[in-house]
Amino acid sequence: MAASWKEILQKIDDWRWLLPKEYKAGMRVPGLIFASEEMLGVIGQDQALEQVANVAFLPGIVNYSMAMPDIHWGYGFPIGGVAAMRVEDGVVSPGGVGFDINCGTRVLRTNLTEEELRPHLKELVNQLFRDIPSGIGGHGLVKASMKEIDEVMVEGARWALAQGYAWPEDVESMESGGALKGANPDKVSQRAKQRGMPQLGTLGSGNHFLEIQVIDTVFDREKADAMGIQGPGQVLVFIHTGSRGLGHQTCTDYLEVMEEAAQKYKIELPDKQLACAPISSKEGQDYLGAMTAAANFAFCNRQLIAHWTRQAFERVLGRDARDDLGMHLVYDVAHNIAKIERHRLSGREMTLCVHRKGATRAFPPGHPDVPARYQRTGQPVLVPGDMGRYSYICTGTQQAMTETWGSTCHGAGRVQSRHAAKRMLQGVDIAQRLAERGIYVRAQNRGLLAEEASEAYKDVAQVVDVLHEAGIADRVTRMRPIGVIKG
Amino acid sequence: MPRPPFEVLEHTADAGIVAHARTLEELFANAAAGMFSLMADLGGVRQAEQRDIDIEARDREALLVRWLTELLYYLDAEEMLFSRFDVDEATDTRLRARAYGERIDPRRHRLHFGVKAVTRHMLEVAPENGGYRAQVLFDI
Repeated sequence: MAASWKEILQKIDDWRWLLPKEYKAGMRVPGLIFASEEMLGVIGQDQALEQVANVAFLPGIVNYSMAMPDIHWGYGFPIGGVAAMRVEDGVVSPGGVGFDINCGTRVLRTNLTEEELRPHLKELVNQLFRDIPSGIGGHGLVKASMKEIDEVMVEGARWALAQGYAWPEDVESMESGGALKGANPDKVSQRAKQRGMPQLGTLGSGNHFLEIQVIDTVFDREKADAMGIQGPGQVLVFIHTGSRGLGHQTCTDYLEVMEEAAQKYKIELPDKQLACAPISSKEGQDYLGAMTAAANFAFCNRQLIAHWTRQAFERVLGRDARDDLGMHLVYDVAHNIAKIERHRLSGREMTLCVHRKGATRAFPPGHPDVPARYQRTGQPVLVPGDMGRYSYICTGTQQAMTETWGSTCHGAGRVQSRHAAKRMLQGVDIAQRLAERGIYVRAQNRGLLAEEASEAYKDVAQVVDVLHEAGIADRVTRMRPIGVIKG
Repeated sequence: MPRPPFEVLEHTADAGIVAHARTLEELFANAAAGMFSLMADLGGVRQAEQRDIDIEARDREALLVRWLTELLYYLDAEEMLFSRFDVDEATDTRLRARAYGERIDPRRHRLHFGVKAVTRHMLEVAPENGGYRAQVLFDI
C-alpha cells in the first residue's frame, strides 16, 4: 500500500482529487475521487483507493475511474465506485455491480406527523417486524412458483402491480419504471432461482433495513413539494434491500464464467474479483441479461415490502393507506447496477455501460428517463445514513450528467469493520441508547446492532455536503429515524 | 500452541475467515465451520439432517468458493443451518462431503448476520507449516 495517499493524489479543488494514471502501470485512465480533505484521511486507511486504481485497468474505461465520498474498501471494485465502459470495445464486470444486484432504496411519503404517530410507534414497528420477514432464513409471504419467478425477472415491480401488490402510480416513480428491459431469465441458473424463490418479499440482514423517519430539515422547498414533502415533522418510510439469494448466486455464477472469459480474451487483471468480458461477447451479453433479470427481482422485492408496509400502517392506525395516509412512493433507486446509457463526452455522444457499485443514478431535470413529475426537479436520489443519525433525499444535476455519468453517492460508507465496531461498543446496549433518543429498534439479534451503530459509519452529512458543494447532487431534505427494523 | 481451526478476518465493509488445518479435507471443513459461525452460534444447531455434496472445480481456490457457495445455497433455498462438516475427499479439483445441521428456528437459534456470497478478493489456499491455510472474504 502507498505510504501516503495525500502525496500521491493531486488536489483539483476542495472536493476533487486526481489519482494520476502514472500511479500504477496498467491504468488506462486516471482516478477521480470526490472527497473533502478531512474525509480523505479516513478513505486512505484501507484498500479503497488502490481499488480505484485497479478499476482503471479495465478495457474500454472512459475518462476516469471514479469514487464518491462514501467510498470504502470493497472486493475488486471499491464500494462507492463509478466506471463507464465503451460498448464497442469495453468490458462488463459482475464485480462492478456486486453480489447484491440492484441493492437499492425506496421512500414512501405519508400524511402523518411525528406527533400523530408517536403514540402508535411501538405497535407499528412491532407490526412491521412481524409482517416483513427479515434476517437469516426469513421466507416471504408470497409463494412464487418457478414460472412466476421467471415472470418477476422480466416484469419487475409490474409483476407486483398485476398481482395487486402495487398502486398503478407506483411504477411511474421508480428507476426504469421498476422493470429494466433486456432481462433474460434463461441466463439465470436454476440454483439462483431456487435461492431467490422463498425470499421474494424479504428484507435480508447486514445493512438492510426498514426505517420510519421524520423530516427534520427541508433545504429546497420547491423540490420537496414535487415529492409530496411538506416540511419538518412529516413521517416517511425508508426501505433498503436488494435481490437476495437470487442476485448473490447470479453474481457468483458469472464471476466464474468471467474468470475464464478474461483468460480467453486475454484481459490482464490486478484482482480476480474484477473478472470481466467484452460487452459484445456472448459471456458479456449473457451476464447483462441475467443481471437485468436479477435487478427486476429486486424492484419487485422492494415493492412487496412497500405493500406490507402500507398494510401494517392501515392495520395499526385504522386508516386507509392511500386516501387517508397518502402513502405514495417518492422514488425507488438502484445502487448496485450496470446500465447501458447514452452520454456525452467532449461534445460527442456515446453509448456506455455504466457500472455503479454502491453509487446511485442521479439524472438531471429534463432528462427523458426521469419521470414526468420530476422533470423540473431532477431525479430523486435516496441516500441512507445510519440508524442513529439521519438520511437524505437529493436530486440529480446537469453537472453530474457531464462529470459522473449522472451518478452520485449511495450512503454513508463504513469506517469500522463489524468486529471493530462490536469491540468498541462492548457492553453498550445500542437499542437502549437509541430508545433514550426516541428511536425504537427491533432486530433479529440485539447484540448485532453495535455493528450497524453510528460509530461504524461516516457521517452521511459530510458525504452529501461534498456532493452538494461539487454540484453532483442537490440537497432537498434530511430525515431522522424514529423506528428501525434490522434483519 | 496449536493453531485454532479458524480466525475472523476483519474488513471494513464485510468479514472473512482464515482457516488452518493439517489436511485439505480438514481445511475445507474448518472454512465451512468458520463461515457458519459468522452467521449463528453453532453450539445450538442440532445435526438432524444431512446434505451430501460432491463438486468439482478447476483449482483449490475455485473449489473452496464452490463448496462454501453450495452450503449457502442450502441456507437460502432450504433454510438449512449447518454445524458439522465431514469432508471425505478433497483434492485440488474435487470435493466430497457431508454437511449436518437443521432448519433455521429463530426462536431457538442465536442468529447473526447472513453471508450473501463468497468473494474472490484476497482468496487464498496455501501450504502452511506442513499443513494448509485458507483465506476467504464474504459479502455480508
